[in-house]
Amino acid sequence: MSRLSDGSRFSFGADEFVFVELTEEMSLEQTLRVIAITTDLRGAAVTGVTDICPAHVSYMLRLDPLVIDPRQLVEHLEHAHDRCGQTSDLVIRSRLIELPVFYDDPWTRETVMRFRDRHQSSDLNDLEYCAAENGFSDVQGLIDAHSGAPFIATFIGFMPGNAESYQLVPRESQLQAPKYLRPRTDTPARALGHGGAFTTIYPVRGAGGFQLLGRSAVPVFDPHHRLDDFEAKIVLPRAGDIFKYRPIGMEEYWEIRAQVKEGRYRYTMHETSFDLAGFKADPRLHNQRLLEVLG
Amino acid sequence: MIAVGAPGLFSTIQDRGRPGYYAMGVPPSGALDSFAHEVSNALVGNRREAATIECTFAGPTLTFDEFAIVAITGAAAEVYLDGMRVPMWMSQVVRANQTLEFRRIATGARSYVAVRGGVAVPSLMGSRSTYVASGLGGQKGRPLVAGDTLDVGDLVLPGSTPRGGVDLPESLIPSYADAVEIRVVPGLCDYRLTPQAIDDLYSTPYTVTTEANRTGYRLAGKPLDFTPRTAPFGAGDDPSNVVNLGYPVGSIQVPSGTELICLLRDAVTGGGYATVGTIISVDLDVIAQAKSPDVVHFVPVSVDQAIAARADRESVIRRIFEEVLC
Repeated sequence: MSRLSDGSRFSFGADEFVFVELTEEMSLEQTLRVIAITTDLRGAAVTGVTDICPAHVSYMLRLDPLVIDPRQLVEHLEHAHDRCGQTSDLVIRSRLIELPVFYDDPWTRETVMRFRDRHQSSDLNDLEYCAAENGFSDVQGLIDAHSGAPFIATFIGFMPGNAESYQLVPRESQLQAPKYLRPRTDTPARALGHGGAFTTIYPVRGAGGFQLLGRSAVPVFDPHHRLDDFEAKIVLPRAGDIFKYRPIGMEEYWEIRAQVKEGRYRYTMHETSFDLAGFKADPRLHNQRLLEVLG
Repeated sequence: MIAVGAPGLFSTIQDRGRPGYYAMGVPPSGALDSFAHEVSNALVGNRREAATIECTFAGPTLTFDEFAIVAITGAAAEVYLDGMRVPMWMSQVVRANQTLEFRRIATGARSYVAVRGGVAVPSLMGSRSTYVASGLGGQKGRPLVAGDTLDVGDLVLPGSTPRGGVDLPESLIPSYADAVEIRVVPGLCDYRLTPQAIDDLYSTPYTVTTEANRTGYRLAGKPLDFTPRTAPFGAGDDPSNVVNLGYPVGSIQVPSGTELICLLRDAVTGGGYATVGTIISVDLDVIAQAKSPDVVHFVPVSVDQAIAARADRESVIRRIFEEVLC
């Protein structure tokens, strides 16, 4: 097993990829360090490296092996890891984005009940199951917890638009849920799913294994740039983005859907920064200050 | 212009792929058998970035409204031009209003149709390749359907001439066997497997199942055991689970230790299962021509061998492109 001097493990994905894992377990410190290291590597602009892909506690580089030997990259990795040391006082630039979510919506409710044979529970729906698993007496308790504190995007991947996000609460308050025993073959587009300690919004209709809690009224993937906020890109999320899920009901869901379909929806989005030390010192106060701008 | 009659089973526009967006969750896509794709372009005198039509199992029927040069490579197919059998791996003259018809693919899984000038669908994020799962690129982000019309571009090699009869030396034409060796660089998270499982992976045969497409191939064979452990926080309880991480193109994963999944050029870019090794880039072409119930033997190789194979392949392709100008 090969390691960098700071203990991070690395391995070659044949001739085109280098995989680096800082730790095996999830922690925000490591996520922020991954963001810092991969940002540093992007700045280094090593010739032959085509893709720099941060994940929760690991990252990956893709390269053209006829331009650079993957083994030569190890030296660059050492330097980047050196420059971005083990520290808990990292501050990263971020965006705060509010996403309107219809929790306990009819579409995901209908979908999940079609797949009870692949699920841990034969009679509860996903929301009811997750509420019970996390010690809430009813689904509203889970919805309040999920929508009460923001999430930070810690892994952009799987498919375009997908952003696995981790809630900004202490570890002991994390909502956790197992993935389906066998993945569903169907998920509505924009469904809000939770698996392990991570939440995502499914960019398009398709297979999936996360527990479905609701449905976002707004897209995270817009291949045809129909909305102004997708002018430069086809996906909404970036690593380090902070999402606040705002519960909405049926009436507002349809109002927002109309705005999206007519191309006039604008995301509530603010430039901000995420300060890990501040968060760890007092999560509640930190989130309160972070969310002030949303009113 | 090319008019699509019967679309074939799953025919998509592909080129050399769309690098640079993996971190956005966008896989490179591109021709699954890159060698066959590149050779088809060379035979018609195209530049290497030209797009071709990738045909799966059953190819399309294509009618040309004007003079064209085409070449068909890859999986051995019965192809007819207005009823006359057309040889593969050789450029062909097509006259206005002639129809190219695929009847069946005998060995291999994917054939490529290059037309001189390239298929001129709009370029998206630097590539004409189709990524169907997200509806990106190619012909409207989807496989060809009856009634589609495709424009022909102008990506020809300077100095090349439009002519038929340009062929590939027999010795360079790959054969697509029903039992293949696939070279793998062990690593990534294979420390999670037991020593016995690593031994089994490289010494027992795996069979291609019917769940095999551009995103990945599922293979059935001996189940692989993971070393028991207390799951790291955020990983999930199954022994094959890890905190979600990036999946290289070509990586092999074993959800719950039962079926192997090899990711190809339309890979999902990450997920929560331990990856246990990566198919070398050159052999992605080989697995792309396998179909159920073909048999795969995985052979462990070093990074050096993977790079050497890649360099050899590149020099062969360059030579083929130089030859067509002679």
